Amino acid sequence: MSENHDIAIIGGGIMGCAAALRLASGGMAPIVLDRGDLGQGASGVNAGTLSLQIKRVRLMPYALKGHEEWARMGDAVGFRRTGGYTLAFTEREAELLTERQTLKAEAGAPIEFVTNNQVLSAEPNLTRRVLAASYCHEDGYANSSLTGQYYRGRLREASVPYRERCAVTSITRDTQGFVLHTGGPPIKARRILLAAGAWLKPVAAMLGVDLPVNARINTVSVTERMPPLFATVIGHATGLLTMKQKGNGTILIGGGWQGRGTPQEGRGEVIADSLIPNLSLAQFALPKLGQARVLRSWTGFEANVPDFYPLAGELPGVPDAFVLGCVRGGYTIGPYIGRLMGDFILGHSPEMPLFNPGRDFEKDAT
Amino acid sequence: MRDIVDISIVGAGPAGATAALVVGQTECRSLLIDEQRQAGGQVWRAKDRSILSAPATPESRSGDNLRERLAASGVSQMTDTRVWQIERQGEHWVIHTLRNGTAGRLYSRAVILATGAREEAQPVRGWTTPGVIGLAGATALFKQSIRLPGRASVVAGTGPLVFFVASEIRRLGGTVAAVVTPNTRADWLARLPSMMARPDLLWRGGRWVADLMLASVPIYWGHAVKSVSGDDRVIGVTLCRLATDGTPLPGDIGIAADSVCLGGGLAPSIEAAQLAGVAVRYRPDLGGWVSEAESDGSTAREGLFLAGDSCGIRGAVAAELHGQIVARTALRHIGQASASDPALERAYRRASRFGEAMTALSVLRADPIGLATPDTVVCRCESLTRRAIEDEIESGAVSSNAVKSGQRAGMGPCGGKYCQSSVARLIALQENRALSEIAPPTPRPPIRPVPVSALAGDFDYGDLPMPKPAPL
Ligand SMILES: Cc1cc2nc3c(=O)[nH]c(=O)nc-3n(C[C@H](O)[C@@H](O)[C@H](O)COP(=O)(O)OP(=O)(O)OC[C@H]3O[C@@H](n4cnc5c(N)ncnc54)[C@H](O)[C@@H]3O)c2cc1C
Ligand SMILES: Cc1cc2nc3c(=O)[nH]c(=O)nc-3n(C[C@H](O)[C@H](O)[C@H](O)COP(=O)(O)OP(=O)(O)OC[C@H]3O[C@@H](n4cnc5c(N)ncnc54)[C@H](O)[C@@H]3O)c2cc1C
Repeated sequence: MSENHDIAIIGGGIMGCAAALRLASGGMAPIVLDRGDLGQGASGVNAGTLSLQIKRVRLMPYALKGHEEWARMGDAVGFRRTGGYTLAFTEREAELLTERQTLKAEAGAPIEFVTNNQVLSAEPNLTRRVLAASYCHEDGYANSSLTGQYYRGRLREASVPYRERCAVTSITRDTQGFVLHTGGPPIKARRILLAAGAWLKPVAAMLGVDLPVNARINTVSVTERMPPLFATVIGHATGLLTMKQKGNGTILIGGGWQGRGTPQEGRGEVIADSLIPNLSLAQFALPKLGQARVLRSWTGFEANVPDFYPLAGELPGVPDAFVLGCVRGGYTIGPYIGRLMGDFILGHSPEMPLFNPGRDFEKDAT
Repeated sequence: MRDIVDISIVGAGPAGATAALVVGQTECRSLLIDEQRQAGGQVWRAKDRSILSAPATPESRSGDNLRERLAASGVSQMTDTRVWQIERQGEHWVIHTLRNGTAGRLYSRAVILATGAREEAQPVRGWTTPGVIGLAGATALFKQSIRLPGRASVVAGTGPLVFFVASEIRRLGGTVAAVVTPNTRADWLARLPSMMARPDLLWRGGRWVADLMLASVPIYWGHAVKSVSGDDRVIGVTLCRLATDGTPLPGDIGIAADSVCLGGGLAPSIEAAQLAGVAVRYRPDLGGWVSEAESDGSTAREGLFLAGDSCGIRGAVAAELHGQIVARTALRHIGQASASDPALERAYRRASRFGEAMTALSVLRADPIGLATPDTVVCRCESLTRRAIEDEIESGAVSSNAVKSGQRAGMGPCGGKYCQSSVARLIALQENRALSEIAPPTPRPPIRPVPVSALAGDFDYGDLPMPKPAPL
C-alpha cells in the first residue's frame, strides 16, 4: 500500500524541516524523508555561529530575520546572543575588515568598528596583536547538535510525519503527482520539495534536472571543558575563524577549513593540513587556547552553486517540484528562508524575494 | 625528500610486537609505535622501574622475553607516542603522532594497526564510586605497579579474566571477598572441546580456579553484581542470580568489600581503523563491532592491515601468532617475497578457537544494560542516567549519533568508549531492533585528546596557509 501526501520533502535538514513546519501550519499535509537521521547532515554538525559579520551582503535582510527566529527558539536550541568581535591582525586584513564590514553595516547589520583597547577590555584573554576589529551585538550562537532533537519535537507537535533511514532512490510520476521510491513501500505526493543539502545534485537528477551544485567540506573542532576564557563569538576578517565558548566550557572552533571527501562517497575526512592552521589561527587569537585539548574534529558538507546564492523556488522544467538549499550561512538563515519557501509553495507571496533556481549561475547575481 | 617507512606498526602488544619482529628480519624499514613506555601491550605490560625486583609471572616473563627480542632485533621503536590520526595521502599513509607534547607525522607505505582491545563498562548502581575499577584495568595495576585495588575485593566479570584477577590479588597478598561471574559451570563445560585446542592454557586457567577453591574464596557462578554501595568509597556490593537470558532473578546477596573489580567484557579498539576508512560489522562472538578484515589482516584500504584483538577478541596467544601472519601479508604488499606458513596458520587457527571460546563465554549472559536502574549513570563523562537516555530515545533519537547529538552521550573525554554499547542496547530494546542495526557513532579524530599547542607548535602568523576569503 502506498500513501498520499500533499507534499513530500526530501531531506530533513534545517531547510526541509523549517519548510515542513510552515507548510503544515498553512494547511498542507507534508511528509519529511531523510536518508539518515533528521538534522545529522550539515544542519547538525555546523559550527552554530549566528553572526551577521560573516553573512553575505545581499543575504543580510534574511540573516536579520533569521536571528529573530533563533531568539524565539531560545534555550531549546541552545541560543545565546553574546555579541561578537571580528579581528584583523595585519594591514591587509584590516583593509578587508573595513571594506567588508562597512558594506554589511550599510545592508542593515548593527556592526561598529572598535579599538584594540575596547576589544581587550571586553575580552582580556585575546591576543594583544589585534590591529583592527569590529563588533556586532546581535551576534551569538546556537547548538547545532540539537537541530535533530529540536525539529523532531516540533514535527511531532505539528503532527507532521517524518521517516528516518529512508533514502529516496528514484522518483517517477503518476497522474496525481510524484512517486518516491525508497526501498520500502513507495510514497506518493502531489508536490515535492528537494531539500537534500549537498546531495541536491543526485536528487534533482532523479527528475532529469542538472543543478550545478558543488560541495565544500568544512572542518569544526571542539575542546574539552575549560574555565571561562571568553564570552563573545570571535571571528576573523577573512572569515577563516569562528570561535565560541559554550556554557559547559567547551570551545568550538570553525572557519570553513577544507577536509577531504565528497558527499557522494558519504565520508568526510579531517586532514591535518587544514586542521593545524585552523587551530593555529585560533590559538593566535586566543593564546590560552593552547592549553586546551582537542577532543573531536569533524567535517560536514556545505552545498553551493557557482554564484554562492541560494536555490529557493521552482525546480526548472518540473511543475509542482521545488528546491531549497545552497544557502551560505544556511544554519542562521534556514529557519527563515524555510518559512518563505513554505509560503511560496502555499501560494502566498513571500515576505522577501526567493532565489530562482533556473537563473544563469555564471552571471553575477548581485 | 621526506623519510618514508616501509611498514609502520601501531601498537606494541603481542600482535604488533611479533609483527615487528618478522618485519625486522627483512631489509625493509619498519617502525613500532606505542603510547606506553615499553612494548608489551595489555597482557605483557612492563613493570614500572620502582618494582623491577617484584617476582616474575608468566606474563612478565613473556613480556621481558619479547622486549629483549625486540631490542636484539634492532627494530626501531617509538614508545610514549600516541597516534591521533591516520590519513591517506597519495601513495602513502600519514600517521600523526603526539610525543612529549609535540605533534609529528610519519609517512609509511604500509601500516599494521594492532591497537588491541578496550574494556567495556558495566553500568550498575554505584559503579562510579571510588574503589570500583575495571577488571581488565586491574591487571594493569598488578603488572605495572603491583598495587592492589583494596584490602578486600569483590572480583566480578565473565570469562577467564575474572579468575586470573582473583588469583593475582591473592598472590599479591590481598583478600578476595568473592568471585562473581555470570557464567555457570555448565557454560564452561560446554566450551571444553574448543578449549582443548590449547590444553596448556586450559590447565593454567584450571589452576586459578583450584587455587581460589582451596582458599575457600566464595565463587558465585551464574551471578552478577547488581549494585555497589558506599558514598565516597565502596563498602559493599549486592549480587543477584541471573536467569539463562541474563535477566536478574530475585533474592539479593550482600557482601562487604572495600573495592570491586567490575568487568564489562572486552571490545576491539576499532577507532584507528575506522578513521583510516575501514568499515565495521557486528560480531558479538568477537566482542561487538569489529573492523572488516581478512584473516591475513588485509582490509579494503590499500596498504592498511589489522592484527590482533583489534579485529576481534581472540586473546594474547592468538594475537601473537596473528601478528606474524599479518606481517607477512604486509611484506608481500610492499613487494617483499614472503611465503605464507601453513604451520603458523594452523597454530593461529587453534589459538583462535580457544580465544573465541573465551570470548563466547564473555558474551554469554552479559547484558550491558540489564542491571542498570533508571537512575544509574550510563555516560560517565556527562553524568547521564539510563532514564535520560531512554527519554531521548523515546523522543525519537533512535541512532547512536542522534542520542549523542541530543544528550552529549559520547561527547566527553572518553569519546563514547564507555557508554556506546549501553546506548546501543537501550535503542535496540526500546525500538525492538537488532543490535547489528545500531551502528556506533561516527568516529572522530583525534583518537586521543591532543593539546591545541601541540598541534599549533611554534609558527609565524605570516606563514599560515590562509585560503582565499569567502565571497562577500
Ligand atoms: C586493560 C586490559 C587488560 C588486559 N589484561 C589481560 C591479561 O592480563 N591477560 C590476558 O590474557 N588478556 C588481557 N587483556 C586482553 C588483551 O586484549 C590480550 O588479548 C592481548 O593483549 C591482545 O594483544 P594485542 O597485541 O592485540 O593488543 P594489546 O596487547 O592491547 O596491545 C595494543 C597496544 O596498542 C597500543 N595502542 C592502542 N592505541 C594506540 C594509539 N592510538 N597510539 C599508540 N599506541 C596505541 C596500546 O598502548 C597497546 O600497547 C587485557 C585487555 C585490556 C583492555
Ligand atoms: C561544517 C559546517 C559548518 C558550518 N557553519 C555554519 C555556521 O557557523 N553558521 C551558519 O549559519 N551556517 C553554517 N554552515 C552552513 C549550514 O550548516 C548549512 O547551510 C545548512 O545546515 C544546510 O541545511 P540543509 O537542510 O540544506 O542541508 P543538510 O542539513 O545537509 O540536510 C540535507 C539532508 O538531506 C538528506 N538527504 C540527502 N539525500 C537524500 C535522499 N536521497 N533521500 C533522503 N534524504 C536525503 C541528508 O541526509 C540530510 O539530512 C556550516 C556548514 C558546515 C558543513
